[in-house]
Amino acid sequence: MDAFFGDIYSVAIFILQFFKEAFSGPFEFKEIVNQCYKVGSKSLALVSLTGLVTGIVFTTQSRPSLSVFGASSWLPSLVAIAVIRALAPLVTALIVAGKVGSNIGAELGSMKVTEQIDAMEVSGTNPFKFLVTTRIIATTFMMPVLILYTGFVGMMGSFLNVYQNESTSFPAFFKSAFSSIVFLDIYASLFKALCFGFTIGVAGCYQGYNAQNGTQGVGRAANLAVVISMYLIFIEEITIVQLINTIR
Amino acid sequence: MNKEDSKIDINNVVIAITGLKKSFGTLDVLNGISVDIFKGENLAVLGRSGSGKSVLIKIIVGLLKPDSGVVKVLGQEVDKLDKKALQALRLKIGFSFQSSALYDSMTVRKNLEFPLTRNRRNLTKKEIDDAVEAVLDDVGLPQTIDQMPSELSGGQRKRIGIARTLILKPEIMLYDEPTSGLDPITCIEINNLIVEVQERYNTSSIIITHDLTCAKETSNRVAVMLDGKFFITGSFDEVFRSSNTDIKAFHAYNFINANEIIRE
Ligand SMILES: Nc1ncnc2c1ncn2[C@@H]1O[C@H](COP(=O)(O)OP(=O)(O)OP(=O)(O)O)[C@@H](O)[C@H]1O
Ligand SMILES: [Mg+2]
Repeated sequence: MDAFFGDIYSVAIFILQFFKEAFSGPFEFKEIVNQCYKVGSKSLALVSLTGLVTGIVFTTQSRPSLSVFGASSWLPSLVAIAVIRALAPLVTALIVAGKVGSNIGAELGSMKVTEQIDAMEVSGTNPFKFLVTTRIIATTFMMPVLILYTGFVGMMGSFLNVYQNESTSFPAFFKSAFSSIVFLDIYASLFKALCFGFTIGVAGCYQGYNAQNGTQGVGRAANLAVVISMYLIFIEEITIVQLINTIR
Repeated sequence: MNKEDSKIDINNVVIAITGLKKSFGTLDVLNGISVDIFKGENLAVLGRSGSGKSVLIKIIVGLLKPDSGVVKVLGQEVDKLDKKALQALRLKIGFSFQSSALYDSMTVRKNLEFPLTRNRRNLTKKEIDDAVEAVLDDVGLPQTIDQMPSELSGGQRKRIGIARTLILKPEIMLYDEPTSGLDPITCIEINNLIVEVQERYNTSSIIITHDLTCAKETSNRVAVMLDGKFFITGSFDEVFRSSNTDIKAFHAYNFINANEIIRE
C-alpha cells in the first residue's frame, strides 16, 4: 500500500515536471513533429482496419434488432451515436496504448537501462525534455486526430454495409447519421481523446524512464505501460461519460 | 606508448575532491574520498566490482549527488550549480560509459552529431561533417560512419563512445572501464587511444578500471579503492611495490596476473 501511494506521488512529480518542461523553452519542435509522425504512422494501419471492421460489424449486428421494429432507417444514426460517442475513442485509445504505449515504454526503458539517458544528460541535452515531453505532447495531440479518423473510417464501413443492404445514398446516409450527433458529442470525444492520449504518453514515459534491472526491466516497462494505460482509459471513459451526461 | 608526465601542471587542479561520502540506503559506497587531479594528468582508479568506482565519476558529472564532501571541477562545486551552469560544465567533461551508451536508434554519424548539433546550434552542415570525420579518424573508425550501433563490436562501440565525447573537445575525460570485456589486442588499442587523447586534446582524465595493464599503460598515477576510500595513491610501481600488507592482500586477491606485470 505504501508502495502504491509512493508511486502516485512520483507519478504526480513526473506530471508536474512535464508541465514545467513543456511550457519553458527552448522548445523541441522538430522532435515533437518527429514523435507525432511516429505515433500516427505506427497506429495508422491497425486503426484503419479496426475502424472499418467495427463500422461494418456494428451495422450488421444492429440491423436485425432494428428491423423487428421496422426501424432499419434509424441504422445510420444509431451507428453514428455508437461510433462517435463510444467506439471510436475507446477502440483507438486501446490500439494506441497497445502499439505506441508499449513502444514508448520499451524504447525509453532500454535507453534507461543502457545508460543512454545518462549519456544524453552529460552531453548537455535535457533528456526529460527531449524524450519525455515530446512523446507526451505527441500522444496527447495525435489522439484526437486519430479518433476523428477512426470515426470517419468506421462511418464509411457502416455506409458500405448500409449501401449494400438498403442502397441508401451517400448524402442520405450521412444526413441521417449526423442528425443524431450534436456538437457536444464531438467535443466530448475530443476531450476524451486528449485525456486518453495524455494517459498513454505519461504511462509509457513514466514506466520507461524509471525502468530498472536491465533487459528484464525493459519488458516490464513495456508491459506495465500498456496494462496501466488500459485500466486508466476505462476509468476515464466511465468518468467522462457520467460527466457529459450530467451536462447534456 | 609513453605517457607524458612532463605536461602535468601541479599548480592547476582540475578536479578537487575532499571527504566525499555517498551511501545508498544502508550501503556505504563512498566513505571519505579525497584526491586532486592536475591539469594534463591521467589518474587510474582501481577497485573491485561494486566498490563504487562508477558512483564516484557519476558524482563528478552531477548524475548522482554526494551525501557529504566537496567535489570541485574546474573550480566549480558541482552539486551547488544550477541547471544552466551544470550543463555548461558538463560540456567540458567527456564521459565514456561502461556500457558505451550509444544511441541505438541512430547511426554512428547521428550519434556523433548529436552533442554537437544540440549544443552549438550555429554550426554549418560542413563544419559538423568535418568534426564528425575528424573524431572518427582520431578513434580509427572512419568506415563505420553509416553503421548502426548494433552492427559494431564491443571495442568499436567503446571507441565510438569515446569519439562522441571528444567531439565537444572536453578538458576532462572520465573513462568507465574502457577495456572491460575486450580481447587483449583491442585493450591495447583502447589504451593507446586514451594516451593519444591525453596528448592530442591535452585532457586530464580519470580512468576507472580493474585491468592492471590498462592502469599501467594509461595513467600517470594510480589510486586503489578499498572500503569506500582511496587506500593508496601513487605511481603504478609505487602502489604495487608497496609493502603494505593490505595492499598485497588486495592485490593478490583481485589481480591474479599482477605479479607478472610488476616483474616485467
Ligand atoms: N543508483 C543507485 N541506486 C542504488 N544503489 C546503487 C546505485 N548506483 C550504484 N549503486 C550501488 O553502489 C555500489 C557501487 O556501484 P558501482 O556501479 O559504483 O560499482 P563499480 O565499482 O563501478 O563496479 P563495477 O566494476 O562492477 O562497474 C553497488 O553495490 C551498487 O549496487
Ligand atoms: Mg562500474
